[in-house]
Amino acid sequence: MSEAIVCNQLHKRYESGTKAVHAVRGLNLSVSAGECFGLLGPNGAGKTTTVEILEGLLEPTSGSVTVLGTQWGDGRDHQLRQRIGITLQETRLEDKLKVIETLQMFRSFYDDGIEPEEAMRLVSLEEKRDSWVGKLSGGQKQRLTVACALVGKPELLFLDEPTTGLDPQARRQLWDVVNGLKAGGTTILLTTHYMDEAEKLCQRVAIVDHGQVIALGSPNELISTMGGEHIVEFSLEQNGVNAPDASQFAAIESVLKSVTESGGYLLTVGEPHIAIPALMQYLESREYALASLTTRHVNLEDVFVSHTGRHLCDDE
Amino acid sequence: MMSKGLIQLVLSRVRHFLREPEAVFWTYGFPLLAAIVLGLAFRSKPNEVIQFDVVESVASDTTLSAISDLKRFEITVHPEEIAMDRLRTNKTIVVVTGDEDGGILFNFDAANPEARQARMAIDDAIQRAAGRTDPVSSVDVTVTAPGSRYIDFLVPGLIGMNLMGGGLWGVGFTLVDMRVRNLLKRLLATPMRRSDFLLSLVGVRALFFIPEMAFLLGAAYLLFGVPIRGNPMTVVVIAFVGSVAFAGLGLLTACRAKRIETVSGLMNLIMLPMWLMSGIFFSSERFPDALQPFIQALPLTQLINALRAVILEGAGLMSQTVPMLVLLAWGGMSFVLALRWFRWTQ
Ligand SMILES: Nc1ncnc2c1ncn2[C@@H]1O[C@H](COP(=O)(O)OP(=O)(O)O)[C@@H](O)[C@H]1O
Ligand SMILES: [Mg+2]
Repeated sequence: MSEAIVCNQLHKRYESGTKAVHAVRGLNLSVSAGECFGLLGPNGAGKTTTVEILEGLLEPTSGSVTVLGTQWGDGRDHQLRQRIGITLQETRLEDKLKVIETLQMFRSFYDDGIEPEEAMRLVSLEEKRDSWVGKLSGGQKQRLTVACALVGKPELLFLDEPTTGLDPQARRQLWDVVNGLKAGGTTILLTTHYMDEAEKLCQRVAIVDHGQVIALGSPNELISTMGGEHIVEFSLEQNGVNAPDASQFAAIESVLKSVTESGGYLLTVGEPHIAIPALMQYLESREYALASLTTRHVNLEDVFVSHTGRHLCDDE
Repeated sequence: MMSKGLIQLVLSRVRHFLREPEAVFWTYGFPLLAAIVLGLAFRSKPNEVIQFDVVESVASDTTLSAISDLKRFEITVHPEEIAMDRLRTNKTIVVVTGDEDGGILFNFDAANPEARQARMAIDDAIQRAAGRTDPVSSVDVTVTAPGSRYIDFLVPGLIGMNLMGGGLWGVGFTLVDMRVRNLLKRLLATPMRRSDFLLSLVGVRALFFIPEMAFLLGAAYLLFGVPIRGNPMTVVVIAFVGSVAFAGLGLLTACRAKRIETVSGLMNLIMLPMWLMSGIFFSSERFPDALQPFIQALPLTQLINALRAVILEGAGLMSQTVPMLVLLAWGGMSFVLALRWFRWTQ
């Protein structure tokens, strides 16, 4: 399969006065034509900086970027722009234009593309055709920005945090839009700090932290690097006083890994039906009283935590 | 041939403007209101009545009948004390009193030209009634012809002010607003041509100045009979050059600004000297000679002078070459610098 995006040893350093931020530090990436690729990472990881370099909106400090077989700045930027569609992390479209007028304007910049009405249909905004943009809900506005990216019938679509700040229903509606585009064969690069979004939408995910890719693979591959498929989270009564060290739980049968986690413990487990009874027995024998216990599947967040010791969202 | 993109960009600016009631008011309502209010305040007053008081002691029948013939004066008779009180409180402007020898005293504020005028007229009337004959007969002919009143002077000034505000705010504010919204960056990510974008901002001004000007001139003609002595096409050409010059200045002001506050401050800084000195409300020639080279170099001064010359004096386009060149220089210089310094991305 041919590569839609290749970037090698990408660096970006923002210099402002005396302060310099090294936002991207040697990032390597390759996205195949036709795939939906996700950049997953916490705020400040360098996702936006990376995609804006790929979109030709920012100059990299060093490193090479090839998009659809072309490099930015080699005199064919205009043609390249005809072939890509983007949404920025934050754009406020003109409030006083109607949905249809906004799409007509964006359509007018492209030589080839789809009808504005068609773009509206792709994001299910037909009913809002003649509404002012300012009157749309957050989710509808976000779908409109996606529609603006679609009017040029792009081969490659960049979506920067497409569902950040949306309510769960609006997020699912946007996921439907993305799934529809995937089915249509559009190559998509999306960034997100929601692990469920990356898991649900992306064929491959690069986990990004401090401007570097720290893990790469399909969601399943990434999850399987954890060794087990399941997580057992539990906490004990009278925590803090003589709280047992996490390492002592690692010896329990079928437990692969044990870490302390916000006042409780988090075990990566191969087979919960073996590990849980063994854990109960162990706790009883030591006279630890169980306060809570839950089990769930391993997710990409756990992968991120296992690499960095931090969570994707500071606020969760 | 205009590209599809340019047409759509211009269309969205036009729609945006028309859907913003405040913008429409400031463009059309405000200058009209200013013209009406100032036109009324400073209208010529041929029939205005001037109040003056005569104290009882000198209010003989001959004096009263002599001055009651005076057309513009309203006479009231009061005891001296009350009359002088009215003078102090500005209820009357002249008080006529008498002395022991039968002479007449005029009490008034010499700094008030109306009072001086009234004093002369009253004196004349009393002297004539007492038997003075004038060797040469004189008759007053007052002029209030359209074209020479304050409102006539004001309207071209307001048009100039409007073109300046429209160009600077229209272009500068729009541009920074789009930058703040990240919309400029979003547009740059499309194959939109940058020149189309800049042209649309300036082009919209070149489109809007005609209705703006026609509206003000039309309203001034209908309400006050302000004439257009020169060729209307000449007025259009001059206003067009003025609009483009101010659009260029707007582009320059906003070419790097990242925040609305920055651009607002810069705009006010640029517009303030022109509001004060370019002769919108009173002639710029009233400023000291030392300031004149500066004042004459301001684009608004030249625009208003040229508009006044054509609208009020019927001047032709050729006679306005200098103002046009000054405006073109401002416009051209602004564009070149704006393009060089333009901040497309953050
Ligand atoms: N224009 C800029 N100037 C200076 N620092 C910036 C700029 N843009 C982003 N940064 C910094 O670069 C880092 C990466 O930011 P960003 O690419 O926006 O991350 P993400 O999209 O993953 O949240 C952050 O520390 C951010 O503060
Ligand atoms: Mg971001």
